[in-house]
Amino acid sequence: MAATRSFRVLPGFGLSLGYTLTWLSVIVLIPLVAVFLKAGSLGLDHFIAAVSSPRVLASYRLTFGASLIAALINTVFGLMLAWALVRYSFPGKRLVDALVDLPFALPTAVAGIALTALYAKNGWVGKLLEPLGIQVAFTPLGVLIALIFIGLPFVVRTVQPILEDLDTEYEEAAVSLGANRWQAFLHVVFPTVLPALLTGFAMAFARAVGEYGSVIFIAGNIPLVSEITPLMIITKLEQYDYAGATAIAVVMLLISFVLLLVINGLQAWTAKRTGRER
Amino acid sequence: MSGAAAVFHGSADHAARFESKAATREPALVKWGILAVSLSFFAIFLLLPLITVFVEALRKGWDVYFAALIEPDAWAAIKLTLIAAAISVPLNLVFGVAAAWAITKFEFRGKHLLITLIDLPFSVSPVVSGLIYVLVFGAQGWFGPWLSEHDIKVVFAVPGIVLATVFVTFPFVARELIPLMEAQGRDEEEAAVVLGARGWQTFWYVTLPNVKWGLLYGVILCNARAMGEFGAVSVVSGHIRGQTNTMPLHVEILYNEYQFAAAFAVASLLALLALVTLVIKTWVEHQAGKASQQSEE
Repeated sequence: MAATRSFRVLPGFGLSLGYTLTWLSVIVLIPLVAVFLKAGSLGLDHFIAAVSSPRVLASYRLTFGASLIAALINTVFGLMLAWALVRYSFPGKRLVDALVDLPFALPTAVAGIALTALYAKNGWVGKLLEPLGIQVAFTPLGVLIALIFIGLPFVVRTVQPILEDLDTEYEEAAVSLGANRWQAFLHVVFPTVLPALLTGFAMAFARAVGEYGSVIFIAGNIPLVSEITPLMIITKLEQYDYAGATAIAVVMLLISFVLLLVINGLQAWTAKRTGRER
Repeated sequence: MSGAAAVFHGSADHAARFESKAATREPALVKWGILAVSLSFFAIFLLLPLITVFVEALRKGWDVYFAALIEPDAWAAIKLTLIAAAISVPLNLVFGVAAAWAITKFEFRGKHLLITLIDLPFSVSPVVSGLIYVLVFGAQGWFGPWLSEHDIKVVFAVPGIVLATVFVTFPFVARELIPLMEAQGRDEEEAAVVLGARGWQTFWYVTLPNVKWGLLYGVILCNARAMGEFGAVSVVSGHIRGQTNTMPLHVEILYNEYQFAAAFAVASLLALLALVTLVIKTWVEHQAGKASQQSEE
């Protein structure tokens, strides 16, 4: 340690790293450990009972099902939107480009009530869907709509820079070798974009799984039908069932950690495939 | 992970490069098809909800709108939101700079693990983020008995709200700075130190000018999330009107009381904040794009 220290020209290593580790421990690590310790004190039987009651199981199905479908929809349309933003010029393009980040900037509660107003029976969109017999607000379909809203920028913003960096030469080479436009896309562009597209998909999915604010207004929160898993934690807390809330939180945290590892792996793959850092 | 995709990139129009060549141009029909589908999707899922906020807010006229904003509970909520952001943003700014300095200017073992741990709050559900502080500082938590003995309230009070806000905005500044300072390298700083600059001078005159746009970018996103956080704050707040309600929580209460116009009026302030955030963000990207072009010339 002392040997390497003498090679450091720049000052402040001890101070900055010490501060970083202390603050990280106080704000993030120690409170997170508290969740696992609390869950550990619960006993295995209690824990399993808490995380596998019918209402909680139904919430997993909704949360993961809706998150998966929303992420898939966002992957398809997010790729198209990123493509349009990179490859075409059209009026209002800069506005569209800036507003893609709206779900990052708009507080989730605001998004939640706006979507509910839009898709309720008397709302602009709800009114159009009502004659078709489609009810969105206060059904699982509403959850899906909210999760699409929240996840879209993840796909667009991970794919967009990769598309921008793409040199035209590869596609030109493909065409000069006799490929048509679709073949050039499928065999030249798509493989380059694929890791970023999967990263965007995984990020949108991970965000959707934990999402709370934008969903609870439009979901209607009907037990066994339209309750999401984060809401189950809130419900347990409101009943002063701290142990039950913690048990569900542990399940969610473990899933988050797995998704985080998957996303890190995908990002490394993207960097390798495209020669881009991060 | 939220905000993770908002990684800093300069603005530049690439369309001309692709549209000028036959090999990278789609048939007109395909082009208009893609534009029509993607822009409709954008309009329905992003634009329409934004417009709805303002239309609903003004549905009952300007009088009701302003009445909802000057009501004492709304004022208290606005004040608390500003306080929470005013504390948590500077804390995370200092942390982000320290973390980026340690990570990018020095070599040490476990660096990648450290970066992953800093990113961790993004991948935790907001509700869980709130819960962890209830478990540490709540009545039944680790420090609960000690805190109540000394008559200190953390959970269901302002300190809990600040803590939850710090947690959810934890990675914002660090994650913008780390890739940027990594790309800058350490040659300039080392030269400054060799020429006799002190540590702070080096940071202030060499590092900061190089990363100022990325720093501003991180701070803006951090602030937007701090003011808009709902789930985490909702768990630790206790929803005491006029005392522990932030603006997003106030919106929820009004909405649940069927005071829709008032709820959307307060929501419209938050939507304006989001729009201002996006405008500054676009401007910063533009500035950074210009700066990087200049340095390449």
